[in-house]
Amino acid sequence: MKFGILQFPGSCDEVDALDAARRVGDAELIWHAERDLKGCDAIVVPGGFSYGDYLRAGAIARFSRVMESVIAFASEGGLVLGICNGFQVLCEARLLPGALLPNANLRFTFRQVDLEVLQADTSFTCACALGERLSIPAKHSWGRYYADERTLSDMDAAGQIVLAYAAGENFNGSLRDIAGVRNEAGNVFGLMPHPEHAVSELLGGSTGGLKIFQSMRMAVEGVHA
Amino acid sequence: MSELSSPPHPPGVEDALALGLTRAEYELVCEKQGRAPNQVELAMYSLMWSEHCAYKHSKKLLRTLPTEGEHVVMGPGENAGAVDVGDGMVCAFKVESHNHPSAVEPFQGAATGVGGILRDIFAIGARPIAVLDSLRFGEPASTNTGERARYLLDGAVSGIGHYGNSIGVPTVGGEVYFEAPYEQSCLVNAMALGLARRDRLVRSAAAGLGNVVILFGASTGRDGIGGASVLASAELGGEGEDAQEKRPTVQVGDPFEEKKLLECSLELLERELLVSLQDLGAAGLTSSASEMASKGVVGIDIDVAAVPLREQGMEPFEVMVSESQERMLCVVEPANVDAVMALCAKWEVNGAVIGTVTDTQRMRILRDGQLVGDMPVRALVDDCPLYELEPQKPQQPLYTAPTATLSAGTGPAETLLALVSSPNLASRRPLFEQYDAIVQSRTVRRPEQADAAVLALPGTVGGARGALAVSIDCNGRRVAADPYWGTVGAVLECASNLACVGAEPLGTTNNLNFGNPEKAHIAWQLSESVRGLGDACRALRAPIVGGNVSLYNEGAAGPIYPTPVIGMVGRLPDASRAGSLGFARSGDEIALVGPFAPSLAGSELAKLHGEALPDGLPEVDLAKAGVALEGVRDAVRRGSLSSAHDVAEGGLAVALAECCLAGSVGARIELDDAFWEEIAPVASGGRSLSPQAALMAALFGEGPGGFVLSGASAAIRELGARTRVLRLGTVGGEELVIATTGANAGPSSGPSIVTTLLQLDEAHAALRRLFP
Repeated sequence: MKFGILQFPGSCDEVDALDAARRVGDAELIWHAERDLKGCDAIVVPGGFSYGDYLRAGAIARFSRVMESVIAFASEGGLVLGICNGFQVLCEARLLPGALLPNANLRFTFRQVDLEVLQADTSFTCACALGERLSIPAKHSWGRYYADERTLSDMDAAGQIVLAYAAGENFNGSLRDIAGVRNEAGNVFGLMPHPEHAVSELLGGSTGGLKIFQSMRMAVEGVHA
Repeated sequence: MSELSSPPHPPGVEDALALGLTRAEYELVCEKQGRAPNQVELAMYSLMWSEHCAYKHSKKLLRTLPTEGEHVVMGPGENAGAVDVGDGMVCAFKVESHNHPSAVEPFQGAATGVGGILRDIFAIGARPIAVLDSLRFGEPASTNTGERARYLLDGAVSGIGHYGNSIGVPTVGGEVYFEAPYEQSCLVNAMALGLARRDRLVRSAAAGLGNVVILFGASTGRDGIGGASVLASAELGGEGEDAQEKRPTVQVGDPFEEKKLLECSLELLERELLVSLQDLGAAGLTSSASEMASKGVVGIDIDVAAVPLREQGMEPFEVMVSESQERMLCVVEPANVDAVMALCAKWEVNGAVIGTVTDTQRMRILRDGQLVGDMPVRALVDDCPLYELEPQKPQQPLYTAPTATLSAGTGPAETLLALVSSPNLASRRPLFEQYDAIVQSRTVRRPEQADAAVLALPGTVGGARGALAVSIDCNGRRVAADPYWGTVGAVLECASNLACVGAEPLGTTNNLNFGNPEKAHIAWQLSESVRGLGDACRALRAPIVGGNVSLYNEGAAGPIYPTPVIGMVGRLPDASRAGSLGFARSGDEIALVGPFAPSLAGSELAKLHGEALPDGLPEVDLAKAGVALEGVRDAVRRGSLSSAHDVAEGGLAVALAECCLAGSVGARIELDDAFWEEIAPVASGGRSLSPQAALMAALFGEGPGGFVLSGASAAIRELGARTRVLRLGTVGGEELVIATTGANAGPSSGPSIVTTLLQLDEAHAALRRLFP
């Protein structure tokens, strides 16, 4: 099992994601100007500020060379995880529904939050129990999940709302407390909190984020039905 | 080489005065040049001979500081200092100020302050791993001036977050104080730490006749022209038109450009393509090129026509003094130029060959081969006259008494809540939540989890993963009350913070923020403070490896409180045993440990009462304080304590409240006869006080050398062999209860303080209401 972690010039959390992925499998970085996904079994679009994000988070990254390959990879059913800026990029690329708006408080906010697992039968949460709480840090300025009501209802009915902020934890004003969503096919998943920063007792005292990476490994290796 | 071309209107002494040089300095420049300087040369001299670049009022004092120690790898003089952290690694660190730009435009001023200090770190080949900040503003709740203080704080915090968050370096700690003397002159100091392999450190000395000088990074524009001389080396004239006029001298930061520059620089070094590297900061190309030439005892020729510009028609002097951000200068062997350019292209940064290293020991500036400036390097860099300070202790108090916000007769319980909610002591959560504290996956202790930030080191030694600890601190009010002992206290505070997480100091950096040193009373503050800094660093074996000086921080209303901001870096052997400040286990014993001698002189409570600053603070026994520090550090390292927190602003009662808040658990404290025997005589300062007044002094008096520890009683009692241990009480419950027992209980028995955790929490969240 090999993870490929994209690296844009303004990526910040790509090495963190690399280290987290290496706790459950092999992993390597893939430079934004490359087209070759190096035979990876799953792609992680990491956090950061891809190309500075002065225009709109993820708006330029979706046109990058490496994203052309990722879009093709996703259309063939490959697993793609977008974290924070990666989630924004995947929404901009229309691999995921909805959009991320500026936080309700209009400030960059860093907070350890509790997430509730709403769907435990996905390729990204199959190592979790339904209703389980994961303690994972979030840190962003543009994390308020938005989609129109009809889309939200459809997503809900299709089980695409995978992670929600637990009661009282939704600091960014996301609709329906949405923290993480998957696409219809179930092979693309994005979330604003940072699972790669919740993999070690030493660094923050929670390992809830590791379950996301473990789930992906289980899905790739066919452990998850 | 062509003859020096002479412009039509050569500048004269009046131009020199306008650029901040004195008449005598201008004459000295003429003497060094053997003629009057032309426009390019005068612009360059005026910057290199400014206070900011030449340290002309502080260099003699700084030479008295201890700079050597067993861990020091790189001392003052390079872009940043560095200490050995074991396993072949060094930690580079430095603090710098961006006070004047931040007073003019707080967001960009603070953002570029962070950008500048980060460049200092990667200029020596270290990857930046953390930022801390130290901020000072006027009173945020003041009806007249509070709005401006809040605006400045809001802008500065956003700017620091914008830059640090975007570039992927965590902001792990910091401090902010609000005091009236900072109303006109806010302080924005930023500290950065970096990690490097010891054998990969790079210096800035230019070398190798015929080697090529390459400028890479952002293009050069007219932004920030004259920042070092106009902004950083003179008093700002207030906030009105003057600040508007100076806004164009503040640079604008681009963290994405710097992120690319950082990765590009580190990859260039990794591939061993550079002879030397230097960042462009204050005074731009002028300072960085001439410093490189000076350190290498060589000359440099620069052709300004080769510099990539972002504006048309820039004059040679403008190119040489521009403070455009996100630029680096390097010296490269001719054979490596193509490889350097290829890496610049990979990271999408401009790279341009702009000059060559010569053996002339002169800085020569050309435009398309035409000589437009020619100066001896030594004259530019080393020959600025250094001035003797003329210190004199002021006869009259320099600062007016603060406005009272709490009446003098207020009882202990209400006083505790007032202190916990006061701007200087309230929770910094609304501020530090705007910073990414965890990117790079090293952060073992986040803000408000421990007295110092803790960052895990890569690799393990003997099965354990080591860690760095870092703290930044200075209580300017106490330094104003007593520049010597106040500064000693600031150094002790940093060392105490390190001890509470189990770290021993490796080195110290400092940023001396003072008023106008040409005034005798400021000169006195400065020289006394530096004397205290040196003595404390020597006693604690925490040598100074670098620093910065920011003078002229005063306006019409007078000088700032003298603020020698101290940043200290230490190491602990086992990151998994890093100490925490919050009480953790019900039933743990709580004790006050160390030679703590509480005094209300210069305290936070005295400020709330509107008392004028005292003339002097109590002396501190540095040797005794050092022994207590070591005892606490060793106990934390053994893992035998549940929590450790040093007693600082607000005294013992506030320290206890902070331990309760951080651990979300209460405590029951009984101040018994043994406590009063030790504490009452010092708290009363030898005077006879009423029992009530003695209680207030014991609860809220301040001074260095005290720690609130919790843990198993055997572990705490063990410390008694090294320092004083006074048992205070027990962890548990949902309330903080402080009672007096024994002979001192007085006629009104019953506890002095009973507060619920909820009450404390609400009081502590006071800043949330000021900064919604």
